[in-house]
Formats: sequence, structure tokens, C-alpha cells
Amino acid sequence: MAELNINERQAGDVTVLDMAGKITIGEGSVALRSAVRRLLEEGKKRILLNLGNVSYIDSSGIGELVSSYTAINKEAGQLKLLNLTQKLQDLLTITKLLTVFDVYENEADALNSFK
Amino acid sequence: MTAETTELSLPSRIDTVATAAAAVAEFVSRSGIAEDAAFGIDMAVREAVTNAVVHGNRQDENKTVDVTLKSSPDAVEISVHDQGAGFNPEDVPDPTAEENILKASGRGIFFMRSFMDEVNWLIRPGGGTTVRMLKRR
Repeated sequence: MAELNINERQAGDVTVLDMAGKITIGEGSVALRSAVRRLLEEGKKRILLNLGNVSYIDSSGIGELVSSYTAINKEAGQLKLLNLTQKLQDLLTITKLLTVFDVYENEADALNSFK
Repeated sequence: MTAETTELSLPSRIDTVATAAAAVAEFVSRSGIAEDAAFGIDMAVREAVTNAVVHGNRQDENKTVDVTLKSSPDAVEISVHDQGAGFNPEDVPDPTAEENILKASGRGIFFMRSFMDEVNWLIRPGGGTTVRMLKRR
């Protein structure tokens, strides 16, 4: 099984990536980067990352979330985060990134926020 | 609680990070460390081994990453040794400073310091860096 499985679905003009597994140095981080780059190439610039089933993330994975955020912003798009685990929320808090990302606990609220 | 020491010598590859983390998780579990502390130790070990593989040994498979685990009644101590040129930890910028928050890298040492009670580096004159991390019970 891949370290990180990413399932893509469309909710209106928002692309939701349901992620399950680990976003760590190597395969997991690369999978996230590739998925976001591909969406940008396809002109899909409103992206919601559902992280509820991400069991583990390291500094490389957090760096990849930041890179995704800046790459999408550069294209005048929006990246938002959904369903952070407590541990990921703690990591984003200590790195002061929780204030950078737009974070939601409910998918409907997250989708509405893109409008 | 008796003292215990385990030593690992691992190749300089990215998959070594997971191998080391699994060995440390088993060691920590045997040591009776609380779950919260075990999460932090796991995180710190992954970052230390990543640094040793990527920045220290530059993924040169002729160089090893050596991990020593020691458990005592007071603490768990983990040392990660690489064969790289070394660096000055004081030169690593604070990733939480406003100008660095949106940088894609530079948070590994910050996590090691956040989750362990003591972190220090020994740069060996003949080459190689050892990072020693301590988590008190």
C-alpha cells in the first residue's frame, strides 16, 4: 500500500483531496506535491485538503503543506484544510502555521467558504 | 527499571527513517514511556535521522547512520550519529520567526527541541555529527 493515498473528487468548483496515510519525507510528501501541481496545471485552483485520515506528518510534510499553500496563492487560488487531527493541529500551532491556513472541521462550511 | 542499551547501524537512505522510528517505538514501548512522550520521541527521532541521512551523509550509501538508544530509570536517551561535515545548530534560523513561517523547510530541529527535554550536538573533529536527545520520565 502506498504511504499516502489521495482520492480526488469535485464539489462544485472546489477540488477535494481526501488523504489517507502518512505525509512524510519521501513518498508521502512527493505524492502531495504531485497532486497539487497537477491540479494547478489543470486550472483547478480551489483546493480543499481533507486530512482527517492522515495518521502522521513530519517536518517535510508540513513543509509540503506550506509549499502547496504558497504555490496555489501565487496562481490566485485558494487552499484550505479540513479535519485536522489533534496532533496535526498541535504541530501547526507550535509552528505558528495555524493562523496562516484556513482550517475547517465541517466539509459543508469549508466548501461554502470558497464562495 | 533496569538500564538497557540498543545500537543500530543503518544505511543512508530515506527508508532508514521509518526503520529507525520502528526500532525506537519498540524500545520506547519496552521502556514504559507514557504515550504522549512516545509520540514526541518518535517525531524527534524521525527528524534527527532525516537530518543525518539527507544533510549529514547526503544519502551516500557508503556512509551509515548510527543510532544508540539508552534507557535508565530517569530518562530515555537517543543519539544519532552521521558521517557528514557538521553544522552549527545556532546558524539554523528560527522557523517561527515571521520572515520564515512560509518557508518550505527548516522545522526539523525545531521539532526535536520542542519534543525532547534536552538536545545537543557534538561535532567530531575527524568528521561526523552526533545529536544527543534526552527525554526524562
